[in-house]
Amino acid sequence: MTNSLDAYLVLSGLLFAIGSFGFLARRNAISMLMSIELMLNAVNLAIVAFGSFVDRLRPNASVIALMVIAVAAAEATVGLAIVIAIYRNRRTPLVDEYDSLRQ
Amino acid sequence: MTLPEVIPFINVRWDDILFLILAAIMIGSALLVVTLRDIIRCGLAMMVCFGALAGIYVIAGAPLVAATQVLVYIGAISVLVLFAIMLTQTKAAPARLVFQTQAVPAAIAAVLLAGIIAVAVAATDWHALSQRVESATGAVAQVLFQQYVLPFEIVSVLLLAAVIGGVFLAKREQGDVS
Repeated sequence: MTNSLDAYLVLSGLLFAIGSFGFLARRNAISMLMSIELMLNAVNLAIVAFGSFVDRLRPNASVIALMVIAVAAAEATVGLAIVIAIYRNRRTPLVDEYDSLRQ
Repeated sequence: MTLPEVIPFINVRWDDILFLILAAIMIGSALLVVTLRDIIRCGLAMMVCFGALAGIYVIAGAPLVAATQVLVYIGAISVLVLFAIMLTQTKAAPARLVFQTQAVPAAIAAVLLAGIIAVAVAATDWHALSQRVESATGAVAQVLFQQYVLPFEIVSVLLLAAVIGGVFLAKREQGDVS
């Protein structure tokens, strides 16, 4: 099982689907950011799996995964700072109460 | 002393068993992340999920990525998320509804997405090797600092920009007492 690429890709797809469900369904802004982190990890798993099973991609895949991790760290920093800034104005972390444009 | 490659009596390879256990832990804790009511527990389940994923990276043959996963995700991003949770949590929030009204369509969409990905993976010929190959850390370093040195430097500038932007966004305005 560990020697077939399909197992890793299906696992990655499952993790991505769980993350997309969390992003669509949760009300808390930080929960949505955590779901985005899950999806980024799923993509990273797919990249690493391709790297260890396809000859041409072997060293490149690890480098790309490292880049994705670094960019995800930057994204988490800015995203959480935005959530905290909004929380300071609106006093709630729930995204469905951010409806100033609708009123 | 080395362990035999195949577990005696049940005739299953060790790394298959490890992979299954880690995959079950990862998927289970990911489900906890998106369903638990208490958001602090969501953050802790996310750390478990990242740890299991680091184990899967080791099995897949990318030890450098696994080490980075532990350092960056479990060490840095999870702590950042936990801090943000503690800064934004109100007493009323956990007791109220966790999901939006669109939760049921979202669940259907996620199940469909997983099914489509599984079918696409099964139907495609990836020209994959029949045996996974570990990527040596030395080879990764060679490629990172020769072929990919420009993206590497750009990522460092991006991280600096993100740090400055995060501090700017999260700092209080002058005279804001609340």
